[in-house]
Amino acid sequence: MIQKELMTVVSQSEIAVNIFEMTLKGALARQIDEPGKFVHLKVGEEMMPLLRRPISIAKIEPEKQEFTMIYRAEGAGTSALSRKRTGDLVDVLGPLGHGFPVEEAAAGQTAILIGGGIGVPPLYELSRRLNEKGVKTIHVLGFQNKQAAFYTEQFAALGDTYVATVDGSLGEQGFVTDIINKHGLKADIFYSCGPTVMLKAVERLHAAPRGYISLEERMGCGIGACFACVCHPAADETGTAYLKICSDGPVFKAGEVAL
Amino acid sequence: MSRLALELPGLSLKNPVMPASGCFGFGREFSQLFDLSTLGAIMIKATTEEPRYGNATPRVAETPGGMLNAIGLQNPGLEKVIANELEWLKQFEVPIIANVAGSQTEDYVQVAKEISKVDNVHALELNISCPNVKTGGIAFGTIPETAKELTKRVKEVSEVPVYVKLSPNVTNIVEMAKAVEDGGADGITMINTLIGMRIDLKTGRPVLSNRTGGLSGPAVKPVAVRMVYEVSQQTNLPIIGMGGVSTVEDIIEFSLAGADAVAIGTANFVNPFICPELIAELDHYLEQHNVDHISELKGRSWK
Repeated sequence: MIQKELMTVVSQSEIAVNIFEMTLKGALARQIDEPGKFVHLKVGEEMMPLLRRPISIAKIEPEKQEFTMIYRAEGAGTSALSRKRTGDLVDVLGPLGHGFPVEEAAAGQTAILIGGGIGVPPLYELSRRLNEKGVKTIHVLGFQNKQAAFYTEQFAALGDTYVATVDGSLGEQGFVTDIINKHGLKADIFYSCGPTVMLKAVERLHAAPRGYISLEERMGCGIGACFACVCHPAADETGTAYLKICSDGPVFKAGEVAL
Repeated sequence: MSRLALELPGLSLKNPVMPASGCFGFGREFSQLFDLSTLGAIMIKATTEEPRYGNATPRVAETPGGMLNAIGLQNPGLEKVIANELEWLKQFEVPIIANVAGSQTEDYVQVAKEISKVDNVHALELNISCPNVKTGGIAFGTIPETAKELTKRVKEVSEVPVYVKLSPNVTNIVEMAKAVEDGGADGITMINTLIGMRIDLKTGRPVLSNRTGGLSGPAVKPVAVRMVYEVSQQTNLPIIGMGGVSTVEDIIEFSLAGADAVAIGTANFVNPFICPELIAELDHYLEQHNVDHISELKGRSWK
């Protein structure tokens, strides 16, 4: 159920250049039942930034009533968020959207998780859930460079992990799709989150017969009411059909959305 | 006796607070959060005769104390709105104000005729002020004679009272209000958004794909208050005021300016629980200030 709660900052640290890891505590954490869902944050009482910020969830610990987010401090909202300290409060609305269906992968199968930049975080909770279930996971993580990379060891603890950087300063030089081709990686199902260009390339790869992708867009309300974050479905004869990324997604079946 | 209940043409309102058109969809999303029957009314998303996809994204941009939007009247079209959305809304005890839009007079007339027949539609809101579509919309809202003529044509076919939503993007708002009053309007809703723009410093290009968008939120409130203040003194029509309302004090301010009721827009995006919260707080505020009924405050700033 969607709730609005003032949650308490348990911890916050900069884990890569401008990349922050923040853990929040509150009853709302118990409502997050699926990886890939997101929260919509109001950073302060101020009139600027006025709107909430959609942030993905990297780790859910319902028993501790906590969840962890990893985000990039870029604009006014996320920069203000990055200045929050332990004990501060954050106005959280969530959990929102539809996440990655863990049930689509069966025990004994292999899933390949492909993430790019700030699209990597939700794949971490997904990988934890898949491994818990007995699904073997392969991770392919793409970053700009070594300074922007994070969580590579945490992913490596869960399964084979390949890292690609644009400048080759960490892992192998190239894009995630180059790595998948080079190593001939195959799986029963893929899950991906990252920039749209990457998702487009991932869909064309067929590293697995089927998969799910998570999209990003500027959002207003985050609950499906404002029509700010719409996209076209792939099969649409009229041109007027639409999907809302915040409430129909952000996770969609590969091929469902016209990228 | 309720301090909040009031009667306006076509509308028996439990309270004077309702979500503004375009900021509440057709209510489905908010129904997961609270009982829609607590609302005074619901102004549903603009409906056009044919389905519309609207503009390309990005469709929203943030500004100090506000936001720009250029959605472009996205909606599933008259037929689906009646069959799916209005039908679904019938489970709630709340009057619907149907926002009617179009590109030409005939579109407005057709939508108004059909949608006003639906049981739970108690009033129409004629959208002559959307700044985000290429044809129609705002063109009808900036020329007094055109607005009057359109109001007249819609009045001829509508089975429920017609409120006209005024655009602030005019030199003389009173002239517009008087024109729609002459055209037979039963009420006025005001204001729609102010046309604005933001430019991305990295690309040097406008942030919105539509280039311009409608500014809303607390930033526009003083403009809205001023316009309600002017219009309420010059017409006899009831006014549903809107533009940046996000606190009880804002509701009081609109009331003092001359509004009978208020609509909540952008604030729904900041806090989706804002409408029921404000309804509860408003009752408390009036009690604290020994006001027996909200209507006592109406137009106090100029009376």
